[in-house]
Amino acid sequence: MAFSAFATGTAQEQAPRRKSKIALLLLLPGILYLMLFFLVPLVSLVITSFQAPVPYGDIGEFQTAFKWQNYVDVVNTYGEHILRSFGYAILATIFALLFSYPLAYFIGVKARRWPLLQNLMLVLVIAPFFISFLLRTLAWKSILSDESFVISGLKALSLMAPDAHFTGTAAAVVFGLTYNFIPFMTLPLYSNLQQLDTRLLEAGSDLYSTPSKTFFKVTVPLSMTGIVSGVLLTFIPAAGDYINASRDFLGGTGTAMIGNVIESNFLVTLNYPVAAALSIILMAVILVMVTVYVKRSGTEDLL
Amino acid sequence: MNELPMSSMSTHPLSRRTMLQGAGVGASALLLAACSSAPSAAPTAAVDRSEKQKSLRFDSRDTYRNTTGEDYPLLEKFTEASGISVTYSSAVSDDNVYYSKVKNQLKMGQDIGADASVLSDWMAARWIRLGYVQEIERKRITNFENIRLQFQDASYDPGRRASLPWRSGFTGVAWNKEELPEGLTSVSDLWDPSLSGKVGVMSAMRDTLGLIMLDAGVDIEGKDWGDAEFSNAVNTLRTQVSSGQVRSIKGNQYKEDLKSGKTIAAIARVGDVMQINAEAGDKWGFAIPEKGGVLWSDVVVIPIGSTHRSNAEDFINFYYDRSNAVKVAAATSFISPVDVRQPEIGTIPQELSRNLMIFPSEATFATTKTFRTLSQGEEQRYGAQYQTVLLAGA
Repeated sequence: MAFSAFATGTAQEQAPRRKSKIALLLLLPGILYLMLFFLVPLVSLVITSFQAPVPYGDIGEFQTAFKWQNYVDVVNTYGEHILRSFGYAILATIFALLFSYPLAYFIGVKARRWPLLQNLMLVLVIAPFFISFLLRTLAWKSILSDESFVISGLKALSLMAPDAHFTGTAAAVVFGLTYNFIPFMTLPLYSNLQQLDTRLLEAGSDLYSTPSKTFFKVTVPLSMTGIVSGVLLTFIPAAGDYINASRDFLGGTGTAMIGNVIESNFLVTLNYPVAAALSIILMAVILVMVTVYVKRSGTEDLL
Repeated sequence: MNELPMSSMSTHPLSRRTMLQGAGVGASALLLAACSSAPSAAPTAAVDRSEKQKSLRFDSRDTYRNTTGEDYPLLEKFTEASGISVTYSSAVSDDNVYYSKVKNQLKMGQDIGADASVLSDWMAARWIRLGYVQEIERKRITNFENIRLQFQDASYDPGRRASLPWRSGFTGVAWNKEELPEGLTSVSDLWDPSLSGKVGVMSAMRDTLGLIMLDAGVDIEGKDWGDAEFSNAVNTLRTQVSSGQVRSIKGNQYKEDLKSGKTIAAIARVGDVMQINAEAGDKWGFAIPEKGGVLWSDVVVIPIGSTHRSNAEDFINFYYDRSNAVKVAAATSFISPVDVRQPEIGTIPQELSRNLMIFPSEATFATTKTFRTLSQGEEQRYGAQYQTVLLAGA
């Protein structure tokens, strides 16, 4: 539903005009599923976001109202967290792209001659999925803790100040987000670059184009659908993540993201309208950013 | 069983429109159900089936059972004596998480999968206020008189009609003895510039802010304090967090930070300090601050939907037996609500029986205060205010 904005005129014209009962029947489970598990919770979330506390009610008790001020309040109170979340997510997406592109290019293009190596590297990319997201993040917490080999080593080499820390900082959170979402960036890129026609690169070279010019004029435009898919798959979950930034994982008191604020309002203070309003804002901002990004990158057909 | 009238079915065939209307109504009903968070009538207690079903599901905390390796001697002894089989779960590692899991069932008076739950006193106060617990049949708690007088009553549950004390402990200041050989004597010591970036505090509001308020001379047990005193404590903590003096604010993991050296001084619970000392050598000291420490308590309640109330009461009563209570306190290092004395206390090693943090004297108790029960408005306001520190901006 959210991506209907990207529908193109051409696609509509190509759709069969004749109504098919079988097609409708086949669609029914999907529609019911979406209604039950997407539409109903979404509407419920919107209604909750406008609720007001029950007069003299207990903690967590709210009644249906149209308290739009909830939205103003949360933006005023948690504006900094909203900006921080998108800042971290954008940084993590850029770092993941910079890391994943060469990797996907190597697996998808350079390693074509060695299928075994190609498969082995793909397994290495996918392998982290076999371990829980939480465990992987906890492992990084140990690896990057003050007393760890890595941090002690960096301090011994004077690359870090003796009393400096890594965990609990913004850098640690962005690092965690980047690491955790790298497979989501690499796989769509690989899937796209695997189909890259290398004869086009040869043609570029034959026409006296420098390797870098060929890369930016031929390879990148051809892999744009992969880049857009990877960016979306990384950016959207990264913006709403609440594990990496949590004080119990890689974050600290100054790194809370919007997901942490939502979690705290849902679980601890039981302020459901605030949590719901924040969730709606998060969803709306992501939708706007993604729409603008997809329109600008000229890959509307992708969605 | 009534049969469906076939004739009416045939005269009213299910059209696509009817079906869609039905689906719409169903979805709306679901939606309304999903949106409802308004108060409803207090649920009623489930029927007790303890006579026929000799079982008990006990939700507690991981650190509260006494074990000998893989054995749980007292649990087994209870089952042997009563014939009631106990399923012990460590489901209540965090009060808020546990509450969010079970609150919808509680609201409807349904079974939450536990016949007795161990909760922090402030959470139990909420459950009692909302009518989510069953009244305890006092005559089954024959060992009630063994409980220390101070635990026999509670402001949130006068006369202990719906809750019973389970474990307690002190919150004070802890330090790394190698790094700080002179130790700490007050909460203000934690704000010394020499400890900048090396201090940890607990995310539990009543422990941390309770100590800070006591340090400011506020009697946290009395009713003479309010928004101004609480805000002052929040601001003190906020200042220390934003200046970088406080390195971490954590739940149970604060003790891991102490253990690893990430923090060298902290607001801590004495049981946790004893635990890390047992695990990693006697490296950490603990003190109840000069201006007072916090006495925290966990209590046991019987959820409204429990069908084994009597079994739960028998179980609790078993642990109120003096000889059992002393064993549990010695094994877990938490203060028992039972007034343990001779001859029972003579059955455990002297180094334990003389430990005032496990078997406190009246004088030790007098150095601590219990955070008073907050009103529902205060609970909401103060909780939100405290969260702004935990989710502070950089």
